[in-house]
Amino acid sequence: MTSVIIIVAVVLILSILYLIFRIGVLSNVLNSRYQKTVGVGNTVNSFLFIAVFVLGILAFYLSFESARDKFLPEAASAHGVRTDLLFWVIMAVLTLAFLVTNALLYFFPYMYRFKEGNKAYFYPDNHTVERIWTIIPAIIMAGFVVYGYKEWHEITSPAPADAEVIEIMGKQFAWQVRYPGADGKLGKYHYRKIDAVNEFGIDFNDTASYDDFIPMELHLPKGKNVHLHIRSRDVIHSVFLPHFRVKMDAVPGMPTKFWFTPTISTAEMKVITNNPDFTYELACTEVCGRGHYAMRFLVVVDEPADYEKWKASQQTWASLNAAYVATKAPKALKDKYLKDFLPSSDSAAVAVPDTLKPAVVSMHADH
Amino acid sequence: MSAANMSHSGSLSDAHAHDEHDHHDLPWIRKYVFSEDHKYIAKQYLVSGIVWAIIGGLLSVLFRLQLGFPDADLTWLKPLLGEWIQNGKLDPEFYLALVTMHGTIMVFFVLTAGLSGTFSNFLIPLQIGARDMASGFLNMISYWLFFLSSSIMMISLFIKTGPASGGWVIYPPLSALPQAVNGSGLGMTLWLVAMVFFIASTLLGGLNYVTTIINLRTKGMTFTRLPLTIWAFFITAILGLLSFPVLFSAALLLVFDRSFGTSFFLSEIYIGGEALHNEGGSPILFQHLFWFLGHPEVYIVLLPALGVTSEIVATNSRKPIFGYKAMIFSLVAIGFLSFIVWAHHMFVTGMNPFLGSIFMFLTLIIAVPSAVKAFNYIATLWRGNIIFTPAMLFSIGLVSFFISGGLTGIVLGNSAADIQLHDTYFVVAHFHIVMGSASFFGMLAGVYHWFPKMFGRMMDERLGYVHFWLTFIGVYVIFFPMHYMGIAGFPRRYYSWTGFDAFNSFTDLNELISIAAIMTFVAQFIFIFNFFYSMFKGRVSTLNPWKSNTLEWTTPLNPEHGNWPGAIPTVYRWPYDYSKPGAPDDFIPQTVPFSATPESNFPHEKDEH
Repeated sequence: MTSVIIIVAVVLILSILYLIFRIGVLSNVLNSRYQKTVGVGNTVNSFLFIAVFVLGILAFYLSFESARDKFLPEAASAHGVRTDLLFWVIMAVLTLAFLVTNALLYFFPYMYRFKEGNKAYFYPDNHTVERIWTIIPAIIMAGFVVYGYKEWHEITSPAPADAEVIEIMGKQFAWQVRYPGADGKLGKYHYRKIDAVNEFGIDFNDTASYDDFIPMELHLPKGKNVHLHIRSRDVIHSVFLPHFRVKMDAVPGMPTKFWFTPTISTAEMKVITNNPDFTYELACTEVCGRGHYAMRFLVVVDEPADYEKWKASQQTWASLNAAYVATKAPKALKDKYLKDFLPSSDSAAVAVPDTLKPAVVSMHADH
Repeated sequence: MSAANMSHSGSLSDAHAHDEHDHHDLPWIRKYVFSEDHKYIAKQYLVSGIVWAIIGGLLSVLFRLQLGFPDADLTWLKPLLGEWIQNGKLDPEFYLALVTMHGTIMVFFVLTAGLSGTFSNFLIPLQIGARDMASGFLNMISYWLFFLSSSIMMISLFIKTGPASGGWVIYPPLSALPQAVNGSGLGMTLWLVAMVFFIASTLLGGLNYVTTIINLRTKGMTFTRLPLTIWAFFITAILGLLSFPVLFSAALLLVFDRSFGTSFFLSEIYIGGEALHNEGGSPILFQHLFWFLGHPEVYIVLLPALGVTSEIVATNSRKPIFGYKAMIFSLVAIGFLSFIVWAHHMFVTGMNPFLGSIFMFLTLIIAVPSAVKAFNYIATLWRGNIIFTPAMLFSIGLVSFFISGGLTGIVLGNSAADIQLHDTYFVVAHFHIVMGSASFFGMLAGVYHWFPKMFGRMMDERLGYVHFWLTFIGVYVIFFPMHYMGIAGFPRRYYSWTGFDAFNSFTDLNELISIAAIMTFVAQFIFIFNFFYSMFKGRVSTLNPWKSNTLEWTTPLNPEHGNWPGAIPTVYRWPYDYSKPGAPDDFIPQTVPFSATPESNFPHEKDEH
């Protein structure tokens, strides 16, 4: 019943609007205003350009001021500070161009609005002027290219040999990270070795795999170079660390890399932002399906000493999942690396003991 | 040369006499459905484009409701959306389907078919002085392939698993694997089939445009006397002919990967509890192929709008367009460069960084011809005698968007700055202003300007003014704040941001954007009312209501198939002789010979013999 009333009301309102419009048209016809090509509307529109420009610039200024504290949150990486500067330098030039061209674009319609008896100035071209406004943008662009290239070249240069290697893997819909452990080498992987337990598809024929660990947070050392090895196991994701100005796609079948230097620890950032609950975050920026908006992963930047302490406190994934690994590992490696973690060397090779399962489940719990 | 032209137009007028005879004998289905008259086909494209624009706009309103009012109860939409509303909320997968279809519809069906299809078809024969397109039959097929494509895309909106939902760029593996998202099942199949027909339609259209412009120009209509609209359509058609086949190949390979087990784009995937057999494919290859079309596509939608604007700005400033030749050179330069900048969409895909620097360099070069165009528009306004028709207002609006959105492209084209901005709302703001809104304004400007030629009646001016100001302000209120969100790092295609501390702000701004979007959408109905009302009840137009120089205004009020009842007029001068010193009127149509205007001729201007 209510919907019928709403429909009737809408129809009535629309018919009233139509009648008003029709009466307006007819009265204009009677006043013979209707035949004129250029009426009062012309002047009104030319004034509106000025009004919209002035109010628009005011709105631009006020909204910019109110939003600016959220712009480019404090850069927490060495290259981030430089790309922020690049961004603001370019934006300053562009804002100037925006204001000048738009001012002309809005003032000319007002200044040169139709006036009876006026004649426009026949001015088909002027090669000097055209050359000037071709060359000036070209020079500015050349400057941007050189400046941008310098930064880009440095950011994408090969990672320093001493960088901390950390692997990030995207999947629907969570991130997982793997550290190389004491040997500093990530164990090999293959996508066919992935299963419900071994989410990374770690290859336990590789001795480097046994000391790798898979924590629940991404820890980064302050002031040291970090080299991210990025991959995906299903669709394309994209690693986005907003505070570190890091973004790189995670592509299945094509590992990608990004290296950078965190410069502000989480504790320091809590002071800077005046927010005791501050945490760094990792987000996904390539649409990957239903849970795209929820691929959040916590990031912590430690002082170098704390970072080493944290690393030392992590248990290797192989030790936490010894029974599972034992089913995959060749005998020699099993004896070498897993002896201490298996109840007895022959019984565990058959099945995963129930006691280990909760730990395994929590490892790949989706967020 | 001129003898050849003579016999050419002579034979056309014979053909025309024949046409005239045919015209009355045509059954209604050949006249009103399967018409071969370019003017009627243009109207078919226009009305289809308007229908699609309403649907595309409605989809955006739906997802703006989610973004602006994440806590609102949307149960009232259940009659429309059914199972896509769960517990009063939009389903997150349906949200992705909405953004995907909004993009697909707006880019391809509205701004490619609706804009280029309408005005290339309508204006090319009328402005170059031809009876019709080179092949009216292919032209008709082109529209009906588009219609078929539209129907398939429309059907995909109503299937149970939903339409394609991997973004309008349909990157595999997401678009290749139904396990990854429901929309990649039947919805994606329909998307690909629809696009195949769409590409075929575009190619037939483009072939016709190019052939017609090269071969069917009337006597005296040299390339340097073509209106800039025709130049823009010409370049656009060439871009389409060269780039759409690449999208076709990408789509075809994707079909193979989806249905026949090949591995062009798929490699080393573990999904849904199983490892797929595909190895050795490259998802990045698809992105290269897609953007090889995708970037020229930006100009395929923008150039016609710029052409339309050039014509309207000159006419209503009562001045020649400033730097006619520079405008042509910049069109050609933009068209050429558009083919070698595609990888600026891929700076952070893992592509070789050296390639990134090359593409940054090439991308920023585009700013130069674009800047020339913007400056030339402004210079055309300078010391004009400007008449604000609704078409003129929309054209000025277009120039404003072209500048604002073009400028932000310069930041995004800089690879180092793009690291942070890529796939954030900054990008959304950028392309919605420069490509979406600017092209959309070009389309509206064109409709307001050529409505009298299309339907013999005038649209209501005052409604046009109201429509312009609401839309113009609306567009800026919607998209300008999105820059702020982008600078703050907000990623695109997020159903909700509240899960992140970093993005858990700007809720007021999102609300404002959504309200503005809804109001702007509603304001479009003023136009739709004006359009259909004026079609039947508008004031009857005069023959040349804007006092314009181009040829279409020399046809009868409602031209029949064949356009000119007698011989096709001959052209003697360029189309921009407005306010020429010494001339009694402020315009001299292209059909007036120099011998008739001794008082205003420059020394070098005399008729050729």
